[in-house]
Amino acid sequence: MTAITKKMSILLLLTLGLIALFLFIGLPNNWDYALEKRSVKIVAIIVVSCAVATASVIFQTLTSNRILTPSIMGFEAVYFLFQTVIIFIYGDKTFRVINQENNFFLSILCMLLFAFVIFKLLFKKEKNNLYLLLLIGLVLGTLFQTVSSFLQLIIDPNEFLMLQGSLYASFNSINYDLLWYASGTLLLCFGVVFCFTNHLNVMLLGRDQSINLGVNYFKKTQLFLFLIAILVSVSTALVGPITFLGVLVTNLTYELFKTYKHQILIPACCMVSVVSILLAQYVVEEVFQYNSTISIIINFVGGIYFMYLLFKAKKL
Amino acid sequence: MISLKNITKTYKNTPVVKNVTLELPKGKIISLVGSNGAGKSTLLGVIARVLNPDDGQIIINERNIEDYKTRLLAQHISILKQSNHLNLKLAVKELVAFGRFPYSQGKLNTTDQEKINEALTFLELDDLKDRYVDELSGGQKQRVFLAMVVAQDTDYILLDEPLNNLDMKHSVQIMKTLQALCKQKGKTIIMVVHDINFASQYSHYIAALKSGEIKYFGKTQDIIEPKKLKDVFDIDFEILEHNNKKICNYFN
Repeated sequence: MTAITKKMSILLLLTLGLIALFLFIGLPNNWDYALEKRSVKIVAIIVVSCAVATASVIFQTLTSNRILTPSIMGFEAVYFLFQTVIIFIYGDKTFRVINQENNFFLSILCMLLFAFVIFKLLFKKEKNNLYLLLLIGLVLGTLFQTVSSFLQLIIDPNEFLMLQGSLYASFNSINYDLLWYASGTLLLCFGVVFCFTNHLNVMLLGRDQSINLGVNYFKKTQLFLFLIAILVSVSTALVGPITFLGVLVTNLTYELFKTYKHQILIPACCMVSVVSILLAQYVVEEVFQYNSTISIIINFVGGIYFMYLLFKAKKL
Repeated sequence: MISLKNITKTYKNTPVVKNVTLELPKGKIISLVGSNGAGKSTLLGVIARVLNPDDGQIIINERNIEDYKTRLLAQHISILKQSNHLNLKLAVKELVAFGRFPYSQGKLNTTDQEKINEALTFLELDDLKDRYVDELSGGQKQRVFLAMVVAQDTDYILLDEPLNNLDMKHSVQIMKTLQALCKQKGKTIIMVVHDINFASQYSHYIAALKSGEIKYFGKTQDIIEPKKLKDVFDIDFEILEHNNKKICNYFN
């Protein structure tokens, strides 16, 4: 236990240190304005990375698979499609017809509706076939992505540029009000998750063992999938598609903390993802002078790490 | 006592368990025997509510299992399935501690700790308790999972082929442990066994299944008879007696 506490403290110090650096380094003369801007960005980064980390850890526990992220269920494809469709319909008048706040809430609504429909379809007869759910999510996700690509192909190139802004995750223009809504919702989700961390530990043993130990597996799976849907859709609507981060941060966490306890795994994974987003954001701002996006950096690093995982698994 | 009333379970139009009605006495070792596909494991899964029956009722201690809260039911009945594959780094004592989940929901108190230690000692795992489960041999692993069930401390213990992949020495060791559980702690053990001789040597009652139906149910010595066994397994049996226990020779 002591080794874990030690690692946790180091990770906490690293996270807090990076946050402080990010907030205070190179503050200009009119520091209060800059500090406010930076705080909003930092809060958004913390909230979103915790949401992605929590959703990914739970998702991997439910599927007992360590290289999946909730994005396989197709939430982000729904987001892509929704963003494409509104630009396709309204063109350059989009921002007048639908403001940022409405866009945020409608995106969440679309994603939750999608989740609700596929959950409802599959959980009809107390038979929760999780893999069928993933497969359907994957197929529908591909379909939505293809439809989006098709629409993107026929819209005006200038409108496409407008669209591109919302298709990459970005922490550079966060709406202050939306951040509050998102933080509130996500905090509520974290609260529920932390009430049931012990159940998650048992669910790692698989369906039959969970039932044997008195966990209402069917209901708990539904609850957790529902929480994942909220976590993913809120964070996606806030900053854009970001769940690709999941594979990288969860596996780093498992590697660092060799434990099954979600009480440790979830907070640790949250901190790991805050650290990795901050580092990626630093690279975006300082190295690439905003000419690259955080998605590209994390996908690049994550892709390399993913290949490393595959090669390592082959050796075993 | 566990009573089964008209249990039916169908997989895609193929009935696997057909209209089974059975009363399983308390405090005994009961073996379910039958050939592959006779529905033994399915029946066991249904009793342990791992599978939902299409029809019928299961009554434990005069109460329908559907009326139990899942957590409370886990304090009365436990099941150990045949394949217990873990892709987790878990120490033996941590896995055994999971057996206390129905009582403490993960926050172990002193009673839980006592029960865990008792279970570890009962299965002779004291020396192994800090080892990782995935590093153990098949026989040791089976003992660890059994220890978890012992820690769960339920009146009814269901085992799906507890001797699967074990050699003779370890099989006998497990069976002796089960006997001790039944005698010393008054547990009811219901298990699926493939080797008819293990069933004959160690169980008090035998339920013989054939194509989803209970063909015979009764005291072990009444069931181990050439005619009945031939009816169930479709091969010839020769029964030998040794120390008042019947041994079947079916190597014809």
